[in-house]
Parts: sequence; structure tokens; C-alpha cells
Amino acid sequence: MRIVVAVKYVPDIHAERGFADGRVVRSAEEGTLNELDENALEAALRIIESLPEDERAVSEIVAVTIAGPEADTAVRKAYQLGVDRGVRVSDDALAGSDYFGTARALAAAVRRLAEEAPVDLVITGMAALDGLGSVVPALLAAELGLGQLTLAARLEVADGEARITRELDGVTEELVAPLPAVVSVTDHANSPRFPNFKLIMAARSKTVEEWTLADLGLDPATVGAAGARTHVLAATPRPPRPDVELVVDKGEGGRALAEYLIRNELV
Amino acid sequence: MTEQTTPRTNRTVLVLLDTPATELRSSALELLTIARGLGRVEAVTLEAPSVPTLAQLSAYGVEIVLQAELPAAVRGGDDAHLSPVVAEALAAALRLRDADAVILSATFANKEAAARLAHLTGAGLVIDATSVTESAEPGPELADAPPAGSLVAGKRVFAGSWDTSCVVRTETAVFTVRPNSIVPEPAPVAVATEVEGFAVEVSELATVARSVSREVHERAVGGRPSLAEAAVVVAGGRGTDGDFGPVEDLADALGAAVGASRDAVYEGWFDEFVGQTGVTVAPRLYIGAGISGAPHHRGGMQASQVIVAVNSDPECPLFEISDFAVVGDLADVLPQAAQVIREHKG
Ligand SMILES: Cc1cc2nc3c(=O)[nH]c(=O)nc-3n(C[C@H](O)[C@H](O)[C@H](O)COP(=O)(O)OP(=O)(O)OC[C@H]3O[C@@H](n4cnc5c(N)ncnc54)[C@H](O)[C@@H]3O)c2cc1C
Ligand SMILES: Cc1cc2nc3c(=O)[nH]c(=O)nc-3n(C[C@H](O)[C@H](O)[C@H](O)COP(=O)(O)OP(=O)(O)OC[C@H]3O[C@@H](n4cnc5c(N)ncnc54)[C@H](O)[C@@H]3O)c2cc1C
Repeated sequence: MRIVVAVKYVPDIHAERGFADGRVVRSAEEGTLNELDENALEAALRIIESLPEDERAVSEIVAVTIAGPEADTAVRKAYQLGVDRGVRVSDDALAGSDYFGTARALAAAVRRLAEEAPVDLVITGMAALDGLGSVVPALLAAELGLGQLTLAARLEVADGEARITRELDGVTEELVAPLPAVVSVTDHANSPRFPNFKLIMAARSKTVEEWTLADLGLDPATVGAAGARTHVLAATPRPPRPDVELVVDKGEGGRALAEYLIRNELV
Repeated sequence: MTEQTTPRTNRTVLVLLDTPATELRSSALELLTIARGLGRVEAVTLEAPSVPTLAQLSAYGVEIVLQAELPAAVRGGDDAHLSPVVAEALAAALRLRDADAVILSATFANKEAAARLAHLTGAGLVIDATSVTESAEPGPELADAPPAGSLVAGKRVFAGSWDTSCVVRTETAVFTVRPNSIVPEPAPVAVATEVEGFAVEVSELATVARSVSREVHERAVGGRPSLAEAAVVVAGGRGTDGDFGPVEDLADALGAAVGASRDAVYEGWFDEFVGQTGVTVAPRLYIGAGISGAPHHRGGMQASQVIVAVNSDPECPLFEISDFAVVGDLADVLPQAAQVIREHKG
């Protein structure tokens, strides 16, 4: 079984986030592996761990990211959790990619891995906590011509099929697709493990493979800012909220709340 | 950002209807209002529209409703809801009407349908827009300034802390628009609305992943508005200690939707949570009770207009982004507030 996991390097949501020149500020200090991609990694690890010993021995999990060199922190975290290989696709021409450029580059990386040996499954997170588009998995499936099983709260792989259960907009659904397939998992699918000491040490000596657009046979004009179908025209921080009006409840707190709402015509 | 003016060009804008079989919710009426600001509006549906829906469409100035006729193998079955299938129906409508833009509401399923539609048609895509307007004139300071008449979407990002605007550079554009972005407005004059069928071919790829079971939950909300679309939301967290009674009491006094933190949902105390991985809300009024205000939660509600918090901890992070806050036990504060509001309403 070979599984590719797409992982994104994102600004830490606990840190101050912002834009410069229409692009998200991505620094090496305040960036991290997208938390929701830990669920994707966990899903991949559990599938491999459930295989019989002989199949496990020939299995591989490859983490792939589309980003600049600062994203090695994210790939290294994936190593610490137990993936076998980490690939970063980097190219100056990729800067400013929209959803489609990102999906195209990811798809090309998956195809290249599939040339080495068949890929059975591509797993992604449900959303990147910066862009929050939740569309890359669907686009990746479309690019690769594979079935899309998105927003899985449960994932099972058996008999050449992937089966997911999802809860979406008030609907519970079970979907099935033949392998290979593209699956995105939610934060409900599992609880990501913590890296253990042995893996943390081992991750130190692992290298991140670096691929360029040329390695993937991609035309730079079709990705990055050049190929982007949308451009950011302006990005401005919102003014801070005025200071909070704080009331300590000494028996009349509920009344004060109601009066605030009434005074502001919110009732 | 440009003001919404009378459309300059002869655009056709398609709007996907989410609930045509019953009646349109206010999120759909918002889409129709935004679309009208851009050109001629036509609706697309995968089911037969009901009589109330048709009446709403005529009030909103929609003359043509395009009803997709799916192939027999898909029609009426669960696969008809798959986002790749919906995308192919929308792509067929787009080609048939030579339309310029498609607008959908911002549910998870619609975001995927929008993405696959854009993939099929080469359209640019903006997810979670709060406005769509046309650029009045090219921005002179930009080297690749958009030509006048390009479509520009407003979008609030990073937990409501930044406003961005994105221009679509392709000939066709696809948008998903968040609920509560604008106040819906009927057309100046109502029109006669007609339903037109159109044939959709569904590719093999669209149904490679099949739906094997599908259950729609009739939510026992007792007439409460839906969380994603409500104008007022009251949410409870771990601080309720499992008793959502006070939260529901205040919500009902206000005619609000009820929500929760993810922890409260994982405890099994409620079924829907607000936040980055749950439902994103941007109501006029959000009240959080017994919720600490973790970044994941804030990411899904920080764009609310007025934020009120009730928490026993004076240091709770939700207070930092609140307009009004009460330090106290929610079990005392909420019922009293509900009582005063009921008296006020008479
Ligand atoms: C605030 C903001 C708003 C944006 N709005 C738009 C927009 O409206 N239209 C548009 O075309 N582009 C937009 N972009 C650009 C877009 O975010 C990037 O192209 C991004 O790489 C993919 O989108 P996402 O972050 O929304 O990912 P999602 O679709 O939310 O990601 C889902 C999963 O896909 C995988 N994934 C996503 N990106 C990568 C990556 N770079 N490398 C590896 N795996 C990945 C991860 O597994 C992730 O969990 C926006 C970016 C930002 C920061
Ligand atoms: C990847 C990821 C995604 C996540 N996505 C989301 C999401 O989308 N939405 C979400 O909500 N969470 C999400 N979380 C979880 C989030 O990080 C927090 O753990 C969660 O929001 C905390 O819930 P809470 O505020 O109810 O509980 P707590 O943080 O435990 O806060 C409880 C609060 O109640 C107060 N309190 C206690 N008793 C009373 C009382 N009697 N009266 C008044 N106040 C009282 C306490 O002072 C405290 O502030 C996510 C986490 C991860 C890792």
C-alpha cells in the first residue's frame, strides 16, 4: 500500500496573521504544519499499521507539500509522526498560486510518485487553516481523474475500495470509491498521535526531497501568479474592536445583558 | 471597493438554488440580490421548484429557472447530490446560456461543486465571498490592473481580522457567498417566472465515488433558524456542564439559533458547533456562554457584528473580542436575561 498525504505549511493560528503585497506573510518562525493535516497523516498511519506484517514492509507513506523552503518544518513534523518520505515541490514560479495552481502541482507530484510505483490513496486534511477553501481535495481528484471521498469522519480501506462516512450540512452519507482515490478527513476522523522520542531523533537525519516544476514537467505559466485565475487586489486589516463593556454579575448581570441588547436594538 | 451600481455589461449570472422543493431561505435571496447587481439572473435547480419558490423567484426578478434533467442512471438517486454531478449540471447550464458567472451559497457541498465547476470550465473561483461587484475602473497603481467591468469579490479572512478583495481574471467566474452578507431585496418589479428543462450528461468520472447511503436529518430545532444563516446565535460551551437549558431559553427569547463549541458537541451535549472546522457564522449578534474562545472557535464567529460573552472567568479570551461581557455563572445570567427580554417584548 502506498499513500500520499498532502500537507500544508500555514501561519500559526495563535500568532498574528497578515498580508504583505497581496500575499500571506509566511515566516519560518511562526509557521507550522496545518493542524488538520495531522488528521490526514494519522489516517494514513493507521491504515498502514492495520496491514499484515509482510504488506507493511513494502508500504510507504509520502508527505508532499507545495511551498517554499520554510515549509520543511511541516515536512519534518510529518517525519516525526512516522511518514517514510517527505517531498517539497518548490519553484519561484509557484508563488501566488490559486486553488487550481496548487491542485495542479500536487497532482503532478502524485503522478510522478505513481510512475515509481502505484499510489493507492491520496489523503488530505479537510481544510488549510489559512486559506480555508476546502476545495483542494476535490480539485486534486478532478486533476487526477480519481474518485473523490471528501470530509470523511470515518475511513475504511479494504478489498480495493475506500469507504467513508461523513456528516455534512445535516446529511449523513456513506460513499465508496475504488482505489486509487482521493480522500479528505475531518478532525472528527481520529485523534492525531504525539511524536515519540525515537521518531523525533530519526527525523533529524531525514532529508526532504526537493522537486521543481521542471522535474514535474509543468509549464510555469499554468501555475503561480502567472496562471492564477484570481488576484488579490487589496488586503487591509480590520480596525480593532472597541474595548469590551464588562459587567460583573452581582445578581443583575442578566438584566444588564438584556438592557445592552435592547439599547442596541438587537432584540 | 466599488459600490454596487447598475450593471454595465450584458452579463448573465446563474444562481444555484439549495432548497427549491420547499422554499428559498434567506441565503438564496441574498444570492439573487447580489446577482441582480451584476446582470440578468437565472436560477438553476436539480429538483422541481415548488409554488412558493416560484413566487419568490418572480418577486426577485428571475424569469428563467433552468431545471437539470439528469440521465436516468443518476436521476432521483443519491448520486444526484454528489458535488461532481452538480458541477456538471452547472457547467451544462453555463454553456447553454452562455453565462458569465455562477453564484452558490457557501456550504461545504457547494464549495466542492463550485471548485469542480471551475475546473470543468476554466473559471476563476472565490470561496466565501461576502460581496461581488464589478470594478468601475482599472486600478492605476497595479501593473496587471483588471479591466473595467471585471468581477471583484470581497472576502474576510484570518478569523475576520483582514478584509481582502479579489479580482477574477478569467472570462467566467464562480463564487460561493456566505450567508448574512447582505440584506436581501426583491426586484423593483416582479416578473413572470418560467421553468425550462435542460439535459445534462454526466461523465463516468463524476460517479466514480458513489453514494451508498444517504440520510437527511430532520433536525428537532422546534422552528429555530438554521445555525449557518441565523441573524442571532446563542452558543454554549463546556461551561454549561451539559445543561443547554439556559442557552436554549435565551435563544428562544431572542428567536435565535443555538450553537456550541466543539468540546460541547464532542461531549454529546449538542449537535452542531461553531468554528473553523464546524459551522462558520457571521450573525448580527453572537452570544457565547461558557465558551473560552479558543482560536479555532473564534475563527468561526469573529466576523459577527456584535459579540457578547458570558463567562465565570474574567480572563477568558472570548472577552478580548467581545463588545459586551458579563462575568458570572451562565446558569444565573442567561435565564434572567431571557426573562427581561420576554418582558420587553411583551
Ligand atoms: C486567506 C486566503 C484566501 C484565499 N482565497 C482564495 C480564493 O478565493 N481563490 C483561490 O483560487 N485561491 C485562494 N487562495 C489561495 C489558496 O489558499 C492556495 O492556493 C492554497 O494552497 C490552497 O487553498 P486552501 O489553503 O484554501 O486549501 P484547502 O482546500 O482548504 O486545503 C485542503 C487540504 O488540501 C491540502 N493542501 C492545500 N494546500 C496545499 C499545499 N500548498 N501543499 C500541500 N497540500 C495542500 C492539505 O491537505 C489541506 O488540508 C487563498 C489563500 C489565502 C491564504
Ligand atoms: C484542529 C482543531 C480544530 C478545532 N475546531 C474547533 C471548532 O471549529 N470550534 C470549536 O469550538 N472548537 C474547535 N476546536 C477545539 C478548541 O480548540 C477548544 O478546545 C474548544 O473550543 C473549547 O471549548 P469550550 O470553550 O466549550 O471549553 P473550554 O475551553 O473548557 O472553556 C469553557 C469555559 O467555560 C467557562 N465556564 C465554566 N463554568 C462556567 C459557568 N458556570 N458559567 C459561565 N462560564 C463558565 C470557563 O471559564 C471557560 O472559559 C478545535 C481544535 C483543534 C485541535
